[in-house]
Formats: sequence, structure tokens, C-alpha cells
Amino acid sequence: MSSVKSRRTIVVAVARKDLSIEWNSRILTNQVAPFAAIVMVMFAFALDNEGILQRVAPGLMWLATLFSMLIVVQRSFTVESADGALDALRVAGVDTGAIFVGKSLALMVQLFVLEVLLLATAVVLYGVEMTAVGLLEAFVTMVVATAGLGCVGTLYGGLAAGAKGRETLLPLLLLPVVAPVLIGATRATEAAFGSGGTAVSEGWPWIGLLAVFAVIFAVAGTVAFGPLVDE
Amino acid sequence: MDHAAFILGSWIGTAVAVIAYAAWVLRRGRALSKHASTEEKPWT
Amino acid sequence: MTPNSGTGTSATRRLGVLVIVLVISLALFGLQFSAEDVVQGSTVRIMYVHVPSIWTAYIAFFLTAVCSGVYLSRRQRSLAWDRVAGASAEIGVLFVAVSLVTGSLWGRLTWGTYWVWDARLTSTAFLFITYVGYLAVRRLDGTHRQRARRSSVMALLAVLEIPLVHFSVNLWRSLHQDASVADPNAKVKLDGLMLFSLFLGLVTFTLLFVWLVLHRQRTMLLEDSFADRGLDVAIAERRNEAGVQ
Repeated sequence: MSSVKSRRTIVVAVARKDLSIEWNSRILTNQVAPFAAIVMVMFAFALDNEGILQRVAPGLMWLATLFSMLIVVQRSFTVESADGALDALRVAGVDTGAIFVGKSLALMVQLFVLEVLLLATAVVLYGVEMTAVGLLEAFVTMVVATAGLGCVGTLYGGLAAGAKGRETLLPLLLLPVVAPVLIGATRATEAAFGSGGTAVSEGWPWIGLLAVFAVIFAVAGTVAFGPLVDE
Repeated sequence: MDHAAFILGSWIGTAVAVIAYAAWVLRRGRALSKHASTEEKPWT
Repeated sequence: MTPNSGTGTSATRRLGVLVIVLVISLALFGLQFSAEDVVQGSTVRIMYVHVPSIWTAYIAFFLTAVCSGVYLSRRQRSLAWDRVAGASAEIGVLFVAVSLVTGSLWGRLTWGTYWVWDARLTSTAFLFITYVGYLAVRRLDGTHRQRARRSSVMALLAVLEIPLVHFSVNLWRSLHQDASVADPNAKVKLDGLMLFSLFLGLVTFTLLFVWLVLHRQRTMLLEDSFADRGLDVAIAERRNEAGVQ
């Protein structure tokens, strides 16, 4: 009982620490979010057609999310390895599974904030129109997809943490793994936006795929994070 | 034989890739084992 | 035995000779003796290198996963397992690359394009990228133990990732019916000699794989012990090429 409790304490402490570092530095709001927004604008330059933009808005939104996620994950572990915080926690015998959950939660919160901003950008810039059910579906998609992305991001971010050349390695490792999320989230969001005449009901099975992804990597991450960052 | 360029291309391409890799492994092994003691080469 | 026989032993030499004989006979059977396919004509001859190379790649990645699992599960963690895993993955990447290239050449002839967004092709491309990433993880800084642990976990994660990617790409394709591509092998009706050539190809490539793994993991052992002694592998190699002792 006490171990469960202490585990929860660690999870909350790690998540709170990551978020407060983020809050103090304002990197997410001052750098990453503007980056994501400019990516959305650049997509509009590249495609240069309102009809196409409306059609592909969900894919662009999720691509921008993935690109921004690379930066956020990188940052989440630079903070750790810079002052040896992760090592300190490990030496203190803190459960690595709990560290994983805590860091994942912090990453999820940041990603979710980004996605809400990107969704708003898509609505404003690409002229997306949604029904109330569509909005609910987009919201559920974002929650479930973010859960998966947070776990995978933390797992592979931890793998590359502290090693030379990790800035270039992380995208190579992470992007192939999150391909199912891109596929699932894009299709579900298409249904939510009604792009290309997709019905809202067509989106729910894709959310199922996202949920499977999130569960698998939450379990895998809790088990594998220890061996990865060990030593 | 029709499409000889494609067929021979794929066969020769495969051969070149494998031979190049094998040659690299063998040369590297030979170069390194020249400076290695017997204990470092348990297969000998 | 000669004083410097590199990574070879009498067993690998015998195996090597056997592989060379098999390769020559595969070329004879695949390019000369076997008949042309009724539907595909001579293009079917690409199959005798394409199918064995993807087969070898699957064996290689399977071996990588098994060795990584063994490495992590044993109490006495032996780096030998890690080296076999690494050697196998490296050779697997080589053979996936070969099969992607030969496959797209074959596709150009039978489908008229080098690439189609078919589920199997797309997930094979992901397989390739994933193991390129695995090899990059092996080259990260750190001790041998760190490398072994990181890469074993990576290899086991890849076992999770590959079916997930395959499954979702399949879903993606099945809902977008615009590019439905029949399996090229299904259209081929193999007669006895063609089947024999294909089988010969599988055996040849598998033995070739075994030979390559044996040599590569020995080279890796040498690389590791060089690194332990603080010697630079590249410098030793270059000095060797220049003929300086």
C-alpha cells in the first residue's frame, strides 16, 4: 500500500517538476508554439489552394504536432541530462517506471496544449468547420493520440538522452514508431472535420487504433525505461 | 531475354552489394586481427 | 593455420566455398535453366534474388530479437549475444535494402511503376528505417554494456512496433481502395524447375547470411577489444592499408 502511494508521489513530483521548469522557461509558448504555427502557414504557401488545404488540414495539423513533439521531447531530456537530475533520481533508487509515467504525463500536457493551439489554427487558417459531435470527436482523438505520443516520446527520448548526436537520432527513431498515430489521428480528425465528405461516425474505429497504441507503449515504456536509462 | 537490363541489373546489383559488404567485413577483420593477441581471437 | 587468417576458420572457409558454388548454380538455374513465366515472362527471374533477400532479412531481424531477448534475460549477461544481434541486424539492413531495390525494379516491369503505396511495401520501408535507427543506436557513445542494453531494448521494441505499423498501414490501405495491387508472387505459376530455383535461392542466401554473421560478429569482438585497449580502429586499419606495422 505504501509503495503504491510513494509511487504516485514520485509520478506527481516528476511531472510537476518538468512542468514547472517548462512554465518558468516559457519555451513551449514562446518558441515551440510559434514554430508549429509557422509550419501551418508554410503548408498553406506550399499547397496554395484553399480547397486542398481544407481537405488535408487534419494531416497537416498532426504533422505539425509531430515535428513540434521532436523539439519538446529533446528539451525534456536536455533538462535532465544537463544537471544530471535523471542520474540523481536513479542513484537515489527511485523507481524508473514511476519516473517514466511522470515524464510522460508532463509531455502529454505540453503536447495537448500544442494540439489545441494547432486545432484552432486549422480552424482559422484553413477554414475548417465542425459540428458539435465533430468537435467532441476531435477532442477525444487529441486526448487518446496524446497519450500514445507522450509514452513513445518519453521512451525514445530517454533512449537517446545524454548521448552525442542524439539531436539527429531522435527523429530517425521516433518518426517511424509514431506512424500509426499519424495514420489513426489523421483519419479520426478527418471524420471530425468532415473533410472530403467523411462522416463523423467513421472516426471512432481509428480512435480505437490510437487507444491500442497508447496502451501498448504505456506498458512497454514502464517496463523498458529502466534498462534504457540505466547506468 | 526481355527486360535484360532490369533483370541483370537486379542480379548484379545484389551481387555487388553483398560482395562489397563481405569484402569490407573481411578486410576489417584481417586488419584488426593483425594487432590482436590470441586471447582476443577465441575462434583460432 | 596461417598466422593471420583474419576472422576466418577452416569451418567458415568451407562454408564460404559452398556458398560460392551455390551462388553460381543459382545464377545458372535462375537465369538459364528455369523457364519463363507464362504471365510475367522473363521478369520472374528477378524473383530468385528478390524473395530470398527479404527472407534473409526476416531471419536476420528475428535472430536479432532472439539474441537481444537472451542478452537481457540471462543473469550473466554475455556481450556475445549482443554482438550476434548487432551483426545480424546489420546484414538484415543490407538485405532489406537489396529487396527494396530489386522489388522496385520488378514492380517497374510488372506494375509499370517503381513504387506503389501497398501495405506490404510500405511496412517493408518502415522495417528498413527502423533497423537503420537500431544501427545508429549501436553507434551511440557509451560502454559496451550500455550499447548492449540500449540496443537490446530497441530490438525488442521493434518487435512491438513492426506489427503495429503493419496493422495500421494495412487499415490505411484497405480503406483507400485506389491502389489495390495484387501480390506479384500470386500471379506466378511456378513449375518444378522454377520452384527448385527459388528454393535454391533461399538456401543459398540463408547460408550466405550465416557466413556473414560469423565473420561480422568476430570483427565486432575485435572492434570491442580494440576500444577497450583505447586503440582507434580506424587508425589501425589505415596503418594496415599503408603496409606499416
